[in-house]
Amino acid sequence: MYDFAYHKPASVADAVKLLAADPDAKLVSGGHTLLPALKHRLNKPSSLIDLSGIADLKGIKKVGNSIVIGALTRHVEVATSDVVTAAIPALAYMASHIGDVQVRNRGTIGGSVSNNDPAADYPGAVLGLGATIHTSKRKIAADDFFQGMFTTALEADEILTAIEFPIPEKAGYAKMKNPASRYVMAGAFVSKGPMGVRVVINGAGPGVFRQSAMETALAASWAPGAVAGIKQDADGLNSDIHGSAEYRAHLVGVMAKRAVIAAG
Amino acid sequence: MPQVTLTVNGKQHSVAVEGRTLLVELLREKLRLTGTHVGCDTSQCGACVVHINGESVKSCTTLAVMCEGAQVTTIEGLAAADGTLHPMQEAFREYHALQCGFCTPGMVLSAIDLVQKHPEGLTEREIREGLEGNLCRCTGYHNIVKAIAAAADVMHGKRDTIAAAAE
Repeated sequence: MYDFAYHKPASVADAVKLLAADPDAKLVSGGHTLLPALKHRLNKPSSLIDLSGIADLKGIKKVGNSIVIGALTRHVEVATSDVVTAAIPALAYMASHIGDVQVRNRGTIGGSVSNNDPAADYPGAVLGLGATIHTSKRKIAADDFFQGMFTTALEADEILTAIEFPIPEKAGYAKMKNPASRYVMAGAFVSKGPMGVRVVINGAGPGVFRQSAMETALAASWAPGAVAGIKQDADGLNSDIHGSAEYRAHLVGVMAKRAVIAAG
Repeated sequence: MPQVTLTVNGKQHSVAVEGRTLLVELLREKLRLTGTHVGCDTSQCGACVVHINGESVKSCTTLAVMCEGAQVTTIEGLAAADGTLHPMQEAFREYHALQCGFCTPGMVLSAIDLVQKHPEGLTEREIREGLEGNLCRCTGYHNIVKAIAAAADVMHGKRDTIAAAAE
């Protein structure tokens, strides 16, 4: 790991100032994606801005018909939250299956979503529930937020502050995980509610995407059998030693079906 | 160089570190507490697990500078001053829950966090799932699971001693 300067601002405004002043700075909270990348020298930030001292960015609350989760809320907190479990059990289930116990004790929702790793769990839930991303300067719809591998709509001096999840009528999540690290090989998050019928695939492609043929089928008939016959095109899907694009395409159908079963 | 002040096993330390210094490097190289191991260095194997403020974390993926004011517990901090082992350590010994011992410090720290978070008790499946972040390459999981079940009984007052749980 290359060395870097370290800052620990006490407010979002101070963090934005630090970020705007240094184009090579990186934000850190749990650090469970950033630190492994730095160890491999894949990234060389001049400074790290530690957000963990900003109390405003923590916590889970129900606001109207939505659940709002602060960016610094850790996976373990979402997984064990009574508020989340009562309103969106699929979201608590998803959070409880990220990495392992120790990863969930450190990793945060804001870090996972800002990073937009193709193998991450959270982007699937955020797009799959049609959430709204709150930042230091605006609100962004999930449909406009994710822009492919490790790329989001966030600007260089913009910080994700919270995510607002509309409460669905039903939702479900299923993933095939890598057996060593438990990241997503192919996963599906399905929901039906105020944001329509959504089928979002994570892990399989270079970024999360909506599976529109499956959405149409489920809108007509919400049943596992409705998605079973729909083939996912393997073109453009990820292919590596853990699974070919064709294998992942097959998994998309299996996971979508399991997610609908989980949603009930 | 940034200065970090933290409490390790009940003793306060103030140490000069680089921004990039990992918590495990601070523990092993600055404080010479070498019971915490580095196995994979990629946050998968769990040999480096310690407690920060009572929760299990991977110290190879935690910056020392982010531990300002933290209470850290390592394997060296579990036994009593007179050498009496923590029930989890005693259970690992009683059940032969280790072979080479490399993964043991992390296993013990993860297991204590797991048991503390489940006062209602743990099924075998919950113990196995709770150990997903700890790898044992001697394939010793079976006895590790038995040791944790026994230690859980003692830690939650269902049995008096590990020996009683073993019977």
